[in-house]
Amino acid sequence: MIPGPFDYHRPASVGDAVKLLADLGDEARPLAGGHSLLPMMKLRLATPAHLIDLHGIAGLKGICRDGDRIVIGAMTTQAELLASAEIGERLPILHETALLIADPQVRYRGTLGGNVANGDPGNDMPALMLALDASYRLEGPNGAREVAAREFYQGAYFTALEPGEILTGISIPVPPAGHGYAYEKLKRKVGDYATAAAGVVLTMAGGKVASCVITLTNLHETPLLATDAANAVIGTTLDDAALKAAASAARAIMQPASDARGPAEYRIHVGGIMVMRALQRAASRAS
Amino acid sequence: MNDMTPTREQREAALEGMGCRRKRVEDIRFTQGKGNYVDDVKLPGMLHGDFVRSPHAHARVKAIHTEEALKVPGVLAVITAETLKTVNLAWMPTLAGDVQMVLADGKVLFQNQEVAFVVATDRYAADDGVSKVVVEYEPLPVLVDPFKAMDPDAPVLREDLAGKTVGAHGPRKHHNHIFEWSVGDKELTDAAFKKAEVTIKEMISYHRTHPSPLETCQCVCAFDKIKGELTIWGTFQAPHVIRTVVSLIAKIPEQKIHVIAPDIGGGFGNKVGAYPGYICAAVASIVTGKPVKWVEDRIENLTATAFARDYHMTTEIAATKDGKVTGLRVHVLADHGGFDACADPSKWPAGFFNIVTGSYDFPVAHLSVDGVYTNKAPGGVAYRCSFRVTEAAYCIERAMDILAQKLGMDPAELRLKNFVKPEQFPYHSALGWEYDSGDYHTAMRKMMEAVDYAGLRKEQAEKRAAFKRGETREIMGIGVSFFTEIVGAGPSKNCDILGIAMFDSCEIRLHPTGAGIARMGTKSQGQGHETTWAQIIASEIGIPADNIMVEEGNTDTAPYGLGTYGSRSTPVAGAAIAMAARKIKAKAQMIAAYKLEVHEDDLEWDIDGFRVKGLPEKVMSMKDICWAAYNSVPPGMEPGLEAVSYYDPPNMTYPFGAYLCVMDIDVDTGVYKVRRFYALDDCGTRINPMIIEGQIHGGLTEAFAIAMGQEIRYDSEGNVVTGSFMDFFMPTAVETPHWETDFTVTPSPHHPIGAKGVGESPNVGGVPAFSNAVNDAFAFLGATHIQMPHDYWRNWQAAKNLGVVA
Repeated sequence: MIPGPFDYHRPASVGDAVKLLADLGDEARPLAGGHSLLPMMKLRLATPAHLIDLHGIAGLKGICRDGDRIVIGAMTTQAELLASAEIGERLPILHETALLIADPQVRYRGTLGGNVANGDPGNDMPALMLALDASYRLEGPNGAREVAAREFYQGAYFTALEPGEILTGISIPVPPAGHGYAYEKLKRKVGDYATAAAGVVLTMAGGKVASCVITLTNLHETPLLATDAANAVIGTTLDDAALKAAASAARAIMQPASDARGPAEYRIHVGGIMVMRALQRAASRAS
Repeated sequence: MNDMTPTREQREAALEGMGCRRKRVEDIRFTQGKGNYVDDVKLPGMLHGDFVRSPHAHARVKAIHTEEALKVPGVLAVITAETLKTVNLAWMPTLAGDVQMVLADGKVLFQNQEVAFVVATDRYAADDGVSKVVVEYEPLPVLVDPFKAMDPDAPVLREDLAGKTVGAHGPRKHHNHIFEWSVGDKELTDAAFKKAEVTIKEMISYHRTHPSPLETCQCVCAFDKIKGELTIWGTFQAPHVIRTVVSLIAKIPEQKIHVIAPDIGGGFGNKVGAYPGYICAAVASIVTGKPVKWVEDRIENLTATAFARDYHMTTEIAATKDGKVTGLRVHVLADHGGFDACADPSKWPAGFFNIVTGSYDFPVAHLSVDGVYTNKAPGGVAYRCSFRVTEAAYCIERAMDILAQKLGMDPAELRLKNFVKPEQFPYHSALGWEYDSGDYHTAMRKMMEAVDYAGLRKEQAEKRAAFKRGETREIMGIGVSFFTEIVGAGPSKNCDILGIAMFDSCEIRLHPTGAGIARMGTKSQGQGHETTWAQIIASEIGIPADNIMVEEGNTDTAPYGLGTYGSRSTPVAGAAIAMAARKIKAKAQMIAAYKLEVHEDDLEWDIDGFRVKGLPEKVMSMKDICWAAYNSVPPGMEPGLEAVSYYDPPNMTYPFGAYLCVMDIDVDTGVYKVRRFYALDDCGTRINPMIIEGQIHGGLTEAFAIAMGQEIRYDSEGNVVTGSFMDFFMPTAVETPHWETDFTVTPSPHHPIGAKGVGESPNVGGVPAFSNAVNDAFAFLGATHIQMPHDYWRNWQAAKNLGVVA
């Protein structure tokens, strides 16, 4: 549990950070909250020669409204998300989910940007970003670009980030007022990754589901957008048959690993239950 | 007398003696971060050691290349088995009569086994060195399943034992067999089964788990070449035993070894034995002439340092149709891993598992235990229990529920029908123990009344009907557990460790001003000895507990003792305290008689001093006697006021308790909720009720963890899959249920203060209560026995196997 040697850098601007990454190449890793990277370094499963700490870059923090979108700096912590009234009002699903991430100590240090950029299938926020159709701002040696969260995740720890790029911000369209939402996470204990989790954002009209997005966490090597499952409930009253159809469609795309949380068969089974419970709870919150 | 004269009640309260909820004196430093643990020991020039460990569960070690590691800046030495052979320390004896590799000698037998020890100027350099040691392995077939250990074609694990048909505990039947141990009358038991009206048989497994104390095992060894003395600071539950073992195996005279156990952050049996890290740090210090620190990390602790349980218990009960038990037959397959490193008294290869008749009056019983080697870490320590008592309690308490189910009887009723009766004590069990005291019926009935047992069963019947009608997906379980422990090892006629009888000791010295110090052979790891030992002295000799300092853990100053584990401190050392105090009191009485100018027999004890019978004003307080002991003792008497007692207990003590757990389980996800947990404990005389309650809370939390998910699990290649707190279930306050505690008091008749020991009862009694609740929840769906641990996915699996989830 002792990391190997590395050099520590603390740039003051995104430009400096990008330059350091470009100069140092593959041997350098950006450091946000560190909750994924530092344990890997302590186990010597990751041995970067250079750590580029992003905490010195003031511009990477904060939450602001930009027209019909909310823009969140990558280094904004889970605790800061929870403290934001704007988030609580416009994106309440982020509050619900942040409270399910680890424990207060972790949330004081862990960042939204680190959570979504790492490509860890166990992280909770990527599924929400898919559900909310967020986009990520990536800055690198060739300038800045926006990539949709739904296009970002390519495999476990494998994302659209190019060498030398840093994820600097998250832009989320504000969902319509009166939307229903829920994030259902089954975990073994506080601090655990999901055995299975499902996020739902929907709107209701005349007692029926008008629009719906369903996403899944830790049930595949990437977060999943369960389009067929969502289509199975649109236009329904979320009756028993519709819920079961959604669970069944969602289960069809799940491919979790068997691990200490249970065999794949179990994780797929409860994944479907998380979908049904999230749908019911989201609908109960919609107006 | 005037208004300022304290009343008798005030004088009694001022002592804070036995029965007082005295606040823990050690918490003043612990709650302020001022404890002094092994890792706080920092000596000038101190070096750091760390292990190269095997990634394989079974492999031949072809070569170890250390050249690149020795080039790492700061790395001073890499110790291997070849180095240790030069000082005859490549192998070490275990407490169970086996031998264990200190560092891999030709092969490795479990994943994360110690292969080489890198010594460096700091911890970072040591780990850099570890990463540069190259070991060539040739993988061998792996044996994980203990049930396959004695197959004819099972791989040979212990090549060093080739041709040895007799081990430390008798004949060996197979190359992977360690011992067979049997107790009881086989013929009579078989006969009872032949004529039984009803029998049950079930293979009840208690899975492998781990004590996982918050502070891992660690030491600092400092060898003084000039004096030829070795000082060891270590996480030792039994410091004197460590001193003797080190002296015997390192051939250093015992007076030149100083063992110091400072504050310890939890032990739970994990810190009783000796580990390769201690030997390697000591050798490294002798070789380099500098102090060497070794601190294991969490993964090392979980995967390589002394596991617990791993008992597979085929259990049969014979009974009459109306529910009277007539016989018990148990066979245990015990998985000991690669070496037999159980920490049991030397003559007891399966500990006190023969307490397996529990609280019930079995006329006959027979038990046999086969120990086998597998490619898993060694250990088999008593994780917060007296030796193998938790396994025994789980075995009988599950089996009684299975019998009740077969008979269609209520499990509480079945227990009441078969309890040993109060008038049968001292009770001789069919497997050879003499239970000292008990009143099981009173405890059981008090529990049933407190929880409204009949009401719970009624509610359960309604919920079951609702489940069958499809109105709910939740099932309700009521887990009853009634346990009898055997603690306080132990009488010299039964118990020794490497030939040393398992007495314990206390030395009390009183100072002229009415204060004193008590030094002990025990060692607290969180039990609160500094608080409770002083309370016994306060009650015995009338000196306020606040005026007594308790010191443990330094073998140079403490009297020889066997340490703290197996709930032995109160039964054995607690008795030694009382006996030492009584010696002091006898001398104090002579001094008081001399000073009050009366005959000793004319004095009587009164809370905090002596008074002349019939003349209540003529008194001499213990405080004044202390002063007199140093200036005006009777002619011919030596001055001073001190005493030592080495207490060899005449018998074990037998605490017991009645526990009940109410649990709801969602069959679709397997998620459970402990709705209620009630624990009634009878530990005899209660020294500090607050500390007892704290012990119960802690032990129940461990029991909850073990029953509901905590395990050391291996895959088929012998890889540990639960090697960190991510996967090894360590509940937080969020997961932990609310605990209700209660008690009855049945003093031990042979103990000087009637106390029995309590620290481990909740772990012993708690596990069956949780497991019985889960099994009871599923029983109406057709389940007879579902193996632990009962984590979410296994509960769901059980529901699926019973056909209630698709």
